[in-house]
Amino acid sequence: MADLRINLAGIQSPNPFWLASAPPTNSGYQVQRAFEAGWGGAVWKTLGDPILNVSSRFAASSFNGKRVAGFNNIELITDRPLDVNLKEIYETKKKFPNHAIIASLMVEPTQEKWHEIVKRVEDVGVDGLELNFGCPHGMAERGMGSASGQVPALVERQTYWAKEVAKTPVIVKLTPNITDITATAEAACQGGADAISMINTINSLMGVDLDSWNTIPHVAGKGAHGGYCGPAVKPIALNMVAECARHPRINVPISGIGGISNWQDAVEFMLMGATGVQVCTAAMHHGFRIVEDMIDGLSNYLDQKGISSVSEIIGKSVSRFSDWGNLDLNYNIVAQINNDVCINCNKCHIACEDTSHQCIDMLTDSSGKSYLKVRDEDCVGCNLCSIVCPVDGAIDMVEVPRELAPMTWNERQAALSVAVECQADVTK
Amino acid sequence: MASEKIPRISLMDLEMNFLEVEQGLTNQEAMEESNRCLYCYDAPCIKACPTGIDIPTFIKKIASGNLLGSAKTIMSSNPVGASCSRVCPTEELCEGACVLNHSTNPIMIGNLQRYATDWAIQNEQTLFQPGVSNGRTVAVIGGGPAGLSAARELARLGYEVTIFEAADKAGGLNTFGIVSFRLPQKISFWEVEQVKKLNVTIRTNTVVGRDISVDKITEDFDNVILAVGMAHVPNLGVEGEELKGVYDAIEFVKATKSGQLSQDFVGKRVVVIGAGNTAIDGATCSIRLGAENVKILYRRTEEEMTAYDFEYEFAKQDGVEFRWLTAPKRIIGNSLGHVMGIECIKMKLGEAEPDGRRRPVPIEGSEYVIPVDAVVKAIGQTRHKELIEAFGLQHNGGVVTVELGTFRTSNPAIFACGDVVFGKGKGDAMVVTAAQQGKDVAYAIHKQYSPVGVVN
Repeated sequence: MADLRINLAGIQSPNPFWLASAPPTNSGYQVQRAFEAGWGGAVWKTLGDPILNVSSRFAASSFNGKRVAGFNNIELITDRPLDVNLKEIYETKKKFPNHAIIASLMVEPTQEKWHEIVKRVEDVGVDGLELNFGCPHGMAERGMGSASGQVPALVERQTYWAKEVAKTPVIVKLTPNITDITATAEAACQGGADAISMINTINSLMGVDLDSWNTIPHVAGKGAHGGYCGPAVKPIALNMVAECARHPRINVPISGIGGISNWQDAVEFMLMGATGVQVCTAAMHHGFRIVEDMIDGLSNYLDQKGISSVSEIIGKSVSRFSDWGNLDLNYNIVAQINNDVCINCNKCHIACEDTSHQCIDMLTDSSGKSYLKVRDEDCVGCNLCSIVCPVDGAIDMVEVPRELAPMTWNERQAALSVAVECQADVTK
Repeated sequence: MASEKIPRISLMDLEMNFLEVEQGLTNQEAMEESNRCLYCYDAPCIKACPTGIDIPTFIKKIASGNLLGSAKTIMSSNPVGASCSRVCPTEELCEGACVLNHSTNPIMIGNLQRYATDWAIQNEQTLFQPGVSNGRTVAVIGGGPAGLSAARELARLGYEVTIFEAADKAGGLNTFGIVSFRLPQKISFWEVEQVKKLNVTIRTNTVVGRDISVDKITEDFDNVILAVGMAHVPNLGVEGEELKGVYDAIEFVKATKSGQLSQDFVGKRVVVIGAGNTAIDGATCSIRLGAENVKILYRRTEEEMTAYDFEYEFAKQDGVEFRWLTAPKRIIGNSLGHVMGIECIKMKLGEAEPDGRRRPVPIEGSEYVIPVDAVVKAIGQTRHKELIEAFGLQHNGGVVTVELGTFRTSNPAIFACGDVVFGKGKGDAMVVTAAQQGKDVAYAIHKQYSPVGVVN
């Protein structure tokens, strides 16, 4: 069995699966249950000055009858006294010394506040700190959470204040509610962050009730934007992790968060540069027990690949992620329909006909049987047909033998500019 | 099938035995199943439906929560779509054509169709409006599936339609001929009601040729549609048919759908002669009326029987016994003139007949007697020859001759559809086929007056 242990900026964990700071890590009781179920670490529900919560806090979107494709919440940071949380952290760490407990922190943006809270939580024996610069709702209206996290200078300054007194590694949790996350990630590094984690939740309004016209969720007939997460946000999160991972000036470990629902998602995040992952929505949907398959599936995957330690996969796909200008313009694929597997639903035809490049024909053979065929010469290799196809293996996207040597847009433009210069020389 | 909690047959409460057996889909089930539909383009299920219901569209509308739209999509193509959702042999039609047969399991199209139409019934929806009157009149003789379907489409096209119905209620087979535990009457009545709301006049208890003359009809209406279906079960041609306790299966089933259920069959032994759809209905009704033992006697074998597989399965689960290669020779009565037994003869299969099925031949000396209290005859139905001839229409053994596609008879003003044009060896006489023929006739009539085409 592969070694699943990770070391994220000095924080040791028996496996890469941590519970993110959120309702599942609200209390010692919950975190201990999670550790018993197998979670490698837990980021405690954000600590700070006491707040008040509202009733009616979560909502989710269903897609084609599947529940919790996306999830949002308007719950704030912990509403339990700091003393109680600290006592439970101490007890939990004592019971589970080998599991990682990270304290998520959010305070007003002053040096004193940061110094005070960092000292108090480190006194009870946490393994690390996560600065919450990400929550988009509620706390942001008071200048905290994403209100801080959207301003690189504030991220840098507050990270610096925390680092002034911190003895344990400091992770800075970033908000996705910003045009370019690498700007704040870089600021965190400038402030001395030992690691960054992303993404926090995305600004969202889950829905509007068609009968009452109230927002979903609503609190006595009124709603406010909440933080969006769950499977639907995974591609957004994965991109942000990848952008930070390939950024030359962001050189700290990344804790990946955002829609991770199973071991496969975790592997993707790790391949794209995450050292470990954090999970929330999947646990809220199914309970802590889902970690068993996450561990088992990851372990079997690594064994099948002949990889002895999960750390070996970290960042292995980062070099394959680049700018559009670096993609080969002379690479071509076309769709190939396997008529023995095809069930003739014709979804590929209508998708291509109406919305892509009109290259899939509906034909009838000599025996009167319907079949579908791609006109290779008109296929641009967009993948749409294979995406809408409901049957695995019915449509393959196959590489066309290349006629021209690889050339990217950037190479093409560079070559053209040389040609222009040459021309200028000629006319001179 | 029947809920596990309810025993299948009760001898104490016969009414319960006639409640619909199949439970409709729950909201959750309908959601899951409708979302499973691939929403095929140019879907094979549509082509497999004799009425061409746009199945992917009505299923998509269930998934989106647009149940009114879904019911309209169904009923616009099939005026008896609520009944058909229950009685169609879906595994041989739409569900049999579902592309998911090739990868997982077909979509439960029939059940989803029932879900959408049940919603319309429960919410008392009126789905269609009459067309602007064009001043033309059409008489429809027979208010069954074919007649209702024709009337519905004509009314939408602006015709003034009158249906002449011999029974006290319209709906024909759907109202009286299909057992209540598969098709409750209220479903058929709702479909009749939908047609009535288009200003169609339905004159029940009106037998053409008795209560109104054939001439009066041909004089009073621009066009006539003959959709009278078939008549009673023919005689077996054996001794003892006049005895008390010998029933015509059509009448027998009809009695279970008209008022009080008879208590006379509790604990009795019944044989049903024949193995078609009506025979199965006769047998399962007997069981549900409390009969202690019900046997189906059929002169051919399981292979040749015309009942659908699901009907056969249903009958077996009800406890009906099947005696293959067995023909009645004589019905035996007691001194009170009541059935007390039936003498049967064993058969074997001989040469193939023109319809492809092998001819049953009696085995001499194999006679034996089964003690029974009732005999239900279900060996097909006779034709309304007299009426057809009164209209002066060409026919072949009571099957009205019609022009392919238009269903026009030898009299150009008269059209015919449904069972009255259904001849042997022409596939299944299905409700859904009758519904489509009714539509076709309506369009053919309309085309006479407006050759530009039909707005459907």
